[in-house]
Amino acid sequence: MCKECGCGLGGDDVKIGGHSRHHGHSHGHSHGHEHHHGHSHAPIKLDLNRSLMEKNDRLAERNRGFFKAKKLLVLNVVSSPGSGKTTFIRETAAQLAGKLRVGVIVGDLATDNDAARLREAGIPVVQITTGAVCHLDADMVSKAAAQLDLDKVDVLVIENVGNLVCPADYDLGEDLRVVLLSTTEGEDKPLKYPPMFHSAQVAVITKTDIAAAAGFDREQALGNLRRVSHHAEIFELSSKTGQGMQAWLDFLVKQRGEG
Amino acid sequence: MHEVSIMAEAVRMAVESAQAAGAGRITGLRLRVGALSGAVPDAMRFAWDVVSRDTIAAGARLEIEPVPAAGWCATCRAEFACADFFNECPRCHNVSGELRRGRELDIASVEMN
Repeated sequence: MCKECGCGLGGDDVKIGGHSRHHGHSHGHSHGHEHHHGHSHAPIKLDLNRSLMEKNDRLAERNRGFFKAKKLLVLNVVSSPGSGKTTFIRETAAQLAGKLRVGVIVGDLATDNDAARLREAGIPVVQITTGAVCHLDADMVSKAAAQLDLDKVDVLVIENVGNLVCPADYDLGEDLRVVLLSTTEGEDKPLKYPPMFHSAQVAVITKTDIAAAAGFDREQALGNLRRVSHHAEIFELSSKTGQGMQAWLDFLVKQRGEG
Repeated sequence: MHEVSIMAEAVRMAVESAQAAGAGRITGLRLRVGALSGAVPDAMRFAWDVVSRDTIAAGARLEIEPVPAAGWCATCRAEFACADFFNECPRCHNVSGELRRGRELDIASVEMN
């Protein structure tokens, strides 16, 4: 019987110490092992029906379990290039000081400028330079996280590559996906990149201090966000002036407490 | 751009299953790609030639089955076609949060000999 599940199939072919329990042919018999090939090696079709993301998803779940055991709140911060991810993360870390300790993993195609900016602010940071790859995946995050002293971190922020398309498909094992929309971008960004905006649990409108100069239509942007990210928690803030930051920080403290 | 990573994974999975089945060559691959998956079939075809080169899948036929997005309306107890993630039922105009199809990024089958 099958030893895996007791299904009644299979023989008694359990190997102990590398040896089959089957006996060798002690009785001499004389048949040859060649047989006639009358067939023409017709192609075999194998149904797989498996997700192409399964390897990443499995690694992401492993990350999630590891992060949970470390009692971390993990954020995956995504946006277009130039929406203010690095400044937003730096200010979040600075203003959480004394309450929660922030560590950062930064992904960029090239340079470690963003990491340097965070490091100068005294934040523990690991840079992932992806080369030609347009997104972070769960494996990169797991390797980068190993370089941080996670016992001294409460909130792990992953700054993804500036790109609203590709990172949408890659779960990193985060608790919250945070998408940024700056007031200098079009109000219709959520409609143009629905998979990303839909996948986020938090949407943050950044650079509110220059909204008027940028001709930002707040109502339209909020309407578009609510249309695509209808389940998302929305914050409006300026990392530069600090306006609106408090609500975001309170939210993080609460999320960490609940996790 | 991430179509290259996705197709590299498709090659990895196809080669793994072909080897497990004792096949020496992959002759065809069928994928299922949802309209809201975020991956672009043309970019996947383009990436396929590059990532399958120098593998047992080189020259294999690639078929991509598009999957239109469908939402589920609990009120009407019926599916409806949806173009984006704003899933308003065309009958009762309630907004549904349940996407039944359209996010697929699957390897459906592999042909080998």
